[in-house]
Amino acid sequence: MCAAPDQGITLPAGTDLSKETVLTGRVLAGGEPVGGAFVRLLDGSGEFTAEVVASASGDFRFFAAPGTWTLRALSRSGNGQTVLQAEGPGLHKTEVAVA
Amino acid sequence: MSRQDVLVTADWAEQNLDSDGVVFLEVDEDTAAYDGGHLPGAVKVNWTTELQDAVRRDIVTKEQFEQLLSAKGVSDGDTVVLYGGNNNWFAAYAYWQFKLYGHADVRLLDGGRKKWELDGRPLTTDVVERKGTTYTAKDADNSIRAFRDEVVAAIDTKNLVDVRSPDEFSGKIKAPAHLPQEQSQRAGHIPSAINIPWSKAANEDGTFRSDEELTKLYGDEGFDGSKSTIAYCRIGERSSHTWVVLHELLGHNDVKNYDGSWTEYGSLIGVPIELGSGR
Repeated sequence: MCAAPDQGITLPAGTDLSKETVLTGRVLAGGEPVGGAFVRLLDGSGEFTAEVVASASGDFRFFAAPGTWTLRALSRSGNGQTVLQAEGPGLHKTEVAVA
Repeated sequence: MSRQDVLVTADWAEQNLDSDGVVFLEVDEDTAAYDGGHLPGAVKVNWTTELQDAVRRDIVTKEQFEQLLSAKGVSDGDTVVLYGGNNNWFAAYAYWQFKLYGHADVRLLDGGRKKWELDGRPLTTDVVERKGTTYTAKDADNSIRAFRDEVVAAIDTKNLVDVRSPDEFSGKIKAPAHLPQEQSQRAGHIPSAINIPWSKAANEDGTFRSDEELTKLYGDEGFDGSKSTIAYCRIGERSSHTWVVLHELLGHNDVKNYDGSWTEYGSLIGVPIELGSGR
């Protein structure tokens, strides 16, 4: 497969957080979750890397690599972005506010 | 070909949802999004189970394609409008497949599901039923489809356009970053390929960039318009997106989509592989 899988809080079975750099977060508008937002992962130079659709609870995740990432969300409630620094493998959490 | 022959805008689509002779097909790798709400009247097409052979690794045959479209209620003379999620990747693959089997009038909804949703246009969960037809396809036009041997022969000869992300191209990762990295085939790219990610051809709302922007993009990245071209990615759907750009929007001659792509090439015994960022 190559399409963006369903997003959720539970990581896929077999995800090894000692090796994988997982970026996870939630899209919020005024503190409330925004479901169905389009979340784009941009690399340190601002270049597009991947895109998923946030779950009904606003959750999303990416399997990336250590580095500086921008998470940009597009939604009917507005757009927004945040920068996330992933120093190494493991679970890195963030929130993206849209307005 | 010009842009109006290839794409329809969301405005046009919304105005033509009920038009006779216009059939909307939502195509995706999995069809969960369709089930949650689709364009009124649109018919669901599952890329994995309906456009690919279920046993051999290949696209469906001409006969299978005819059976599918007959069952979906599509006629040879219909204007077929394709759209989907994932930035229209699988809709673009279907577009390429409709062209391969000679459908006269097929278009892509510019921006696909994403722009439609962001615009707040209507979606419905109503069940869509269309009367069956007897669809007749043409023989496969392999002038737009590349197979592995001609890809190997194209090294240092044709434009090989690798449309995956830079990290997939360099061999750092084997799949896009929204997927677990579990694939087992070799990483890297076909020697002499240039890396022009599909995403550079699209705006963030999923619409294609303008012809002027696209011409500049490929020129700046070393695409030689005087040469024949093969585009590839990992499973052939992102490269279909770029095939639409190069062959349909910009009108380059002899552009082929290599649907085997990296999952085939990166598993072949003995073929050359290059690592790193290329140029």
